[in-house]
Order: sequence, then C-alpha cells, then structure tokens
Amino acid sequence: MNNSQDIHGVLSTSRYLPRLRLERSAIFAEHRWMAQGLKSVAKGRRTIANWDEDSVTMAVEAARALLADLPDIKPVELTLASTTLPFVERINAGIVASALGLGNELAVRDVASSARAAFTEFVSALRHAVPGHRVVLAAERRVARPASTQEMIFGDGAAGVLIGSGPAIATFVASHSVQADFVDHFRESGSNYDYGWEERWVRDEGYMKIATGAIASCLAAAGIAASDIAHFAMPAPLSRVNDAVAKRAGIRPETVVPTDFESIGDLGGAQPLAMLDSALRAAAPGALILVVAFGSGCDALLLRRTEQPIAKRVTDDGKSEASYMKYLSFTGQVTLEWGMRSEIDNKTALTAAWRECTKISHFEGGCCSSCGTVQFPRSRLCVNPECRAQDTQEAKSLANLPARVLSHTSDWLAYSPCPPFQFGHIDFEGGGRVLMEFADTDPDELQVGLPLRMVFRIKDFDSKRGFRRYFWKATPARGQ
Amino acid sequence: MARGIRDKVAILGMGCSRFGERWDCGPEDLMIEAFNEAIADAGIAASQIEAAWFGVCLEENNVGKTAVPLAQALRLPRIAATRVENACATGTEALRGAAYAVASGAYDIVLALGVEKLKDTGYGGLPVRTRGVNNDLWLPNATAPGAFAQLASAYAAKHHVDMADLKRAMAHVSVKSHANGALNPKAHLRNRITEEDVLKAMMIAEPLGLYDCCGVSDGAACAIVTTPEIARRLRPDIETVTIKALEVSVSNGEEAGFSNWDGAHIATARTAAARAYASARVDNPRTQIQMAEVHDCFSITEAVLMEDLGFSESGRVIYDVLDGVFDRDGALPVQPDGGLKCFGHPIGASGLRMIYEIYQQIHGRAGERQLPRVDLGLTQNLGGHPHQNVCAISIVGRLGA
Repeated sequence: MNNSQDIHGVLSTSRYLPRLRLERSAIFAEHRWMAQGLKSVAKGRRTIANWDEDSVTMAVEAARALLADLPDIKPVELTLASTTLPFVERINAGIVASALGLGNELAVRDVASSARAAFTEFVSALRHAVPGHRVVLAAERRVARPASTQEMIFGDGAAGVLIGSGPAIATFVASHSVQADFVDHFRESGSNYDYGWEERWVRDEGYMKIATGAIASCLAAAGIAASDIAHFAMPAPLSRVNDAVAKRAGIRPETVVPTDFESIGDLGGAQPLAMLDSALRAAAPGALILVVAFGSGCDALLLRRTEQPIAKRVTDDGKSEASYMKYLSFTGQVTLEWGMRSEIDNKTALTAAWRECTKISHFEGGCCSSCGTVQFPRSRLCVNPECRAQDTQEAKSLANLPARVLSHTSDWLAYSPCPPFQFGHIDFEGGGRVLMEFADTDPDELQVGLPLRMVFRIKDFDSKRGFRRYFWKATPARGQ
Repeated sequence: MARGIRDKVAILGMGCSRFGERWDCGPEDLMIEAFNEAIADAGIAASQIEAAWFGVCLEENNVGKTAVPLAQALRLPRIAATRVENACATGTEALRGAAYAVASGAYDIVLALGVEKLKDTGYGGLPVRTRGVNNDLWLPNATAPGAFAQLASAYAAKHHVDMADLKRAMAHVSVKSHANGALNPKAHLRNRITEEDVLKAMMIAEPLGLYDCCGVSDGAACAIVTTPEIARRLRPDIETVTIKALEVSVSNGEEAGFSNWDGAHIATARTAAARAYASARVDNPRTQIQMAEVHDCFSITEAVLMEDLGFSESGRVIYDVLDGVFDRDGALPVQPDGGLKCFGHPIGASGLRMIYEIYQQIHGRAGERQLPRVDLGLTQNLGGHPHQNVCAISIVGRLGA
C-alpha cells in the first residue's frame, strides 16, 4: 500500500435524494389567492420524501452509497444528524446501523438541534486523526407550514461522509467554529413548524457577520488567502446569501458551489455535506475547498482535494410530482378519507421484532451450507425439497443483491398511503424468492423480468402508539 | 395398506342456505336454514347425529372460537363437536373430518356444517386482518385479489400470451358463471353480464377488474354423512351418493421461497388432484368427470386450475375457455351453480356448497340448470394465496361409479 492509500481524511461522500420532485408551481397554484409573494420562489421543483421515507430511511440510502465502494470497512462510529428524527427516544442511528448490517461492535449516536449539527460532527471527526473509520450522516424531512416560504425552499434528502485512514479524497487543512445563540428561527420540541425572524436581519447580522468572521478566522489559521479558494460551499436558505458572503470574504464568485435550489431545495442539516459532495466531485487534485455551515453559530472547514479519483455522480432527475394534495397527505398535514381498510391495527410485537432483528433490519435470510440454496426467511430446515438439511443455513443478506420480478400487481383494493399497493414475487440473482412490496414504482412500470434493487423503507405506521416499522422493498433498478 | 376413502362414506342429506348479503340474518339463522334442509333430506332425527365438524374461517368476524356456536344453534345433545379452520378450504375440511370419522367406524351418522357471516365488516371485500406478529414484520399486506392477480402476470409471461387474450378468456369465465348463477335461486348474484361489462369494469388489482372477483357473502351449507350400508337402509328410495376421494395438499413454503415454482399455477392443486384421481380411479378427468365446482375466487384462478386439474393441456386453457368447453352446455361444465363468483363465497360454507351442487345434480334436483347426467363430479376448494395455500379436492359420485 503506497502512502496515498493510507491518509487520514475524507474517504468518501454521498448524497441521497428521494425520487419525487414536487413542482413549486403546483404549490404556488394552491396558495396564490392569499400569498402572491411566493411567486418569486415558485421556480423549479423540490425533492419530497415518498410516504414511506423518513430521515432514517434516507440516511440508510446515503450510507449505502457512501460505503458502496469500500465494502471491507467496518466503521467504529456512526452518527446521524437531523432535526427531523422519527424517534425522540430510541437511537435512530442504531436503526441505520442495523439496516446497513454493521454489526454490534460500534458506537452510534444521534445529534440534532441545528442545520450544522452534522457538519460539526464531521469537522470534529476529521481534525482528530484517531484510529478507526467514522460515518457521519445527515438527513432531513422537514415539514413547513403550508404557504410559508420554507415550504417552497426546503427539500428532503440525506448526505454522508466517511472519515478515517485510507485512500482519502480530501484532507483537513484548517477549521474554525463559532458559537452564537443567534435565533434566526426555532422549533419547540414536539411542534411541527419553525418560527423565523426577518430575513434581512438574519442576513446582515447573522451570515454577514458570524459566517464571514468564522471564514476569516479559518483562513487565517491556515495561512491561506481567500482568493486561493477553488470551491466555496455554503448552503443558502436565504436567496443568494452565499454569493454575498463570498463577496464580503473576498472569495472569487465563480468558486461558489451551486445550491441546486431549482432542482432540489435546501436539505437543512444534510445540505453542507451534500454541497461538500458536489464540490469534491468537481474539484481538481490539490484544490482548496471551503465548506461553511451556519446555524446557532458557524463552522468553517478548509479541505484539500487529493489525487484519489472519485466516481462521477449518477445523475437522476427524479420523477415530477404535480399533486400538492399528495404532498400534504404524505406529510400528515391533511387527513383524507382512507376507508375502513386503513383502520387495521399495526401493533408491533417488540419481542418478535427483536428476535427477528437481523432478518428485518438487514434483510438477512439463510444460505444452506449443504446445498447452497438461498432462502428467506432463514429457517431450521432447508426449503429445497431435495435437501431438507437441518440447521445448515448461514446468514445471508439479500439487501444488496439484484433481483427480478416473477409476478406483480397494482392493487387498488388494499390500503396504501399512495395507491395502488404494488407487490409481487421477486427472484434474487443467485437464488432466493420473496413476496415483496415495490417502492417508487410507476403503475405501468411493472413487468415480469424487470430488474430490481432493494431499498430500506417504512413498512407500516402504528398511529395508535406512535411507532413505525421498517422493512426492505424492491424498486426498479433504473439507469444502472 | 391404506386403501383411501372411495365408497366408504355416503352422503345421506345436504342443505345449503341462500347465499348473499343476508343483512337480516345472523350465523345462527344461516346454520338453521342449511341444517333444516339437510335433516329433512336425510330423513332422520337430529338426535341420531353422533358427532359434528364445524367449519368457520374468520371466527373473529362472526361466531367466535370453538364448536360451541354450532352445538348451541342446533341444540346438539352434548355430542362431540370439533371446529376446523383451513382458510377458504374450511368447508371441505369439515366434511373431511366427518367423513374420515365415519370411515374409521367410530360413528355411524355425523354432521359437517360450514358457516360464514362476512357482511358485518362495514366494507366490501374480505376483512383485513393480522397475519401473525412475525409475518406482519415483513409480509406485504396483500389483499386476495392482489395475491391472485400475480397468477395472471406470471401466466401471460410464461406462456407468451398477450394479456388482452388472457383477459378475454378470464371475462368468458365470469360471463359463464353469471349465466349459471342467474338460473340458481340460492345464488348471491343472479344477473347476466357481457364480456364488455367485464372488460370495462373498475380495476381492483391489475389485471383483475370487479367482475373478475367473486362475491363476498353470508351463508351456510352442511352435509350429513354415514356409511353406504346405512344410507341404503335409511333411503332405499333414492340413489346412494358416495365420496370417491377427499384429499388435501398444503404448501410447505416451497412456492413462496424456492425457485422451482413458475408463479403461474397452483402447485398444491396438482398434488391433491393426482391423489384424488388415484383414489377415485380416474385416469382421464376431462372425459370421466361430468362436472366440476372449483375455487373461482377470481377468474384467473379458475382458468389456471383447469390446467392444474388436467381439464386443459398446459398453456391451452385460453382456447378451451373461449371454445366453451366449461360452459354449462360444454363438454365439461364448470360452476353450473354459478360458483364462488355468483353463488357467493361465505368462506366456511363454500367447500360444502360445491359438493351440494354435485349432490343436487346427481339427484336431478338442479332445476333450470340441471345437467344431462352426472355420475362423477369434482370439487376443488382453495384456502390462502397461490404461493401459499391449502388445496382440498373431493370427488363425489353415484355408488359404484
């Protein structure tokens, strides 16, 4: 292993965007009667999580992308940052680690409370070169009050970064952190919506002073001139605030990394890591990258891109969604009449859930060591009638195996938060057959033989008890 | 050496309630309606019944657990009574328990009764319910039409047939059953429909539209069985009808979890049919059987079953259906009573209702839908979904046939 293969730094970055893109014109069409002012932001589209996605499931997808090319790495820590974690008590990062099949020998933690929470964790992990690999994930599914500006500018999504020693794609140069109880917006525990102060004040007193100050201190610590920055990545939840900060800090305007506002929206806590991902993929070897995260203070981080190649991002324009009512229903902001079939009690037996933990979280089936048959669920006796061997099945996860449709339907009778309910028998490459739900599938898309990949999703909500259960679903393998 | 059930058990009497949305009737009323007909037909007193088997599937929706509801409704004199449940094959299971008890020599005269009161849910279709705490963690919340619709997609792909052609054959299956149901005064659905009605109907689970799905009904059916000797002694005036075969095959998870099933047929139906034909000494079902009542919960189910039961060659059912082979005036009438599709599907009663129709046809009591001559009839009763199910098959006929 040469030296470039064993550097402490950023080993990979990732971004996950839900497939659905809500047209902002569709949002505006419903509000124009009372909120003409939204017209100025009613451009393009924003990502929205499907009904079965939340910050946990999106974080899982970001982590899978993060670790896809580094399958042998076993992280010692996994941190999930979000202001929209589904569980207040129950470690959400633990759900993610279990879904990823990272085993039990790692530390998991949730961090929250600010749009820079993930970034603070990232900076901390990067600047202290301690042994082991660390995963920092950020995911947001923020819900904004209908007709608010936030409803337009927010996007749902996740991002991740892997830190440790190995074939680093970027290394630490300098950082600077500032604490400030500067309340530009807040959300009380248990409430759904943010309350925010006037944008002009947030820009002038917040970004232009606190952020520019952090940037100046960071550059001074590194002994780097602002003009040497090749990529400046800073989220801009206020229009063009990143351009204004760059100008004030003396950073060249052409280095400002696009926020993808028109196609995605602002991913909240995931946005700094998502923009880091964009910046690194665009950066030339040796380029200096400045990433800034603002929120109750500010973190500024200066990185240098190494010569390690990074795979190009697979571009996916997602699927246009023009139904604002569907979005309101997905986010629980309107209660529609779903009929009596939706009254089914989805109580989860937590004893059974623990007993079946790896089966459900990491889609773990069995592979018979006697005949090689892959089967799900794993069972005491092999399903192969020619074999029938007892207690020969070794754990085998189906989560990352390709599969194909054997049979399918789009069921309009069954209850689903997004009808029709689509499911079918699928066959995995190398064996294994499971009756599964399909996710993110268009009604006319299903056909026998269609290639599939697996995604971790919400299976059912238990609204009576405030619980949700997760399982894997099959989705068409598009553009792969 | 086991010799099977052929001609060891005779049907002494049968009864079947009217099926349908029996808003004004509870399970007790339905049981009494079926039982009164059967006991009169058998010509015995209720006190001569020595044991009973009681079939109810969704007991949480109607009578509750145990066989007590039967014993109570009929005021049975504290005889042995057993509740059986094997999903939609429950009715045939009740008869199987009763028939095997007679065949064993333990009893002379026993009762099998199935009942289901489904229309107390407040919505159409079968009730939604848990599949058990472990299964609920991962299995899709499949509806019955969704599960059976899988057959259509896999069948079309396997046999390289156009879905439009398959849908036409499925439509013919339903049109035929409605035509038969129209002639049956006890049937739930008695309207005639056209192929166009079927193809234009509301989609339920693609490609199954409304008319591809059977009715969900209230109803009860029962049989009183005894030995052929006792039957001849008690009813020397009429022909003795005996059981030739009564077989059950149960999925072991292979279809759902192993790769040797094509998704386009009912594996248990093939297994149960092979055993039933051996028991009944049938080597060519298409010519030796004069009528069949199969589990047409959905049009596609009936279609693929024609192949599984050996009535059609593999991949040929579309042609046979469209040629009218299974119409009431065809070579092998299927569902002359309207089937689940139109007679209706009160789950626990359905298996017994199928046998009731053969029994009526043999005795020449089928009214407007009477077939020329039935010596042997087959019923196929399916509980569960195509990939995981209980398949019960009976063959019933004239003594000696």
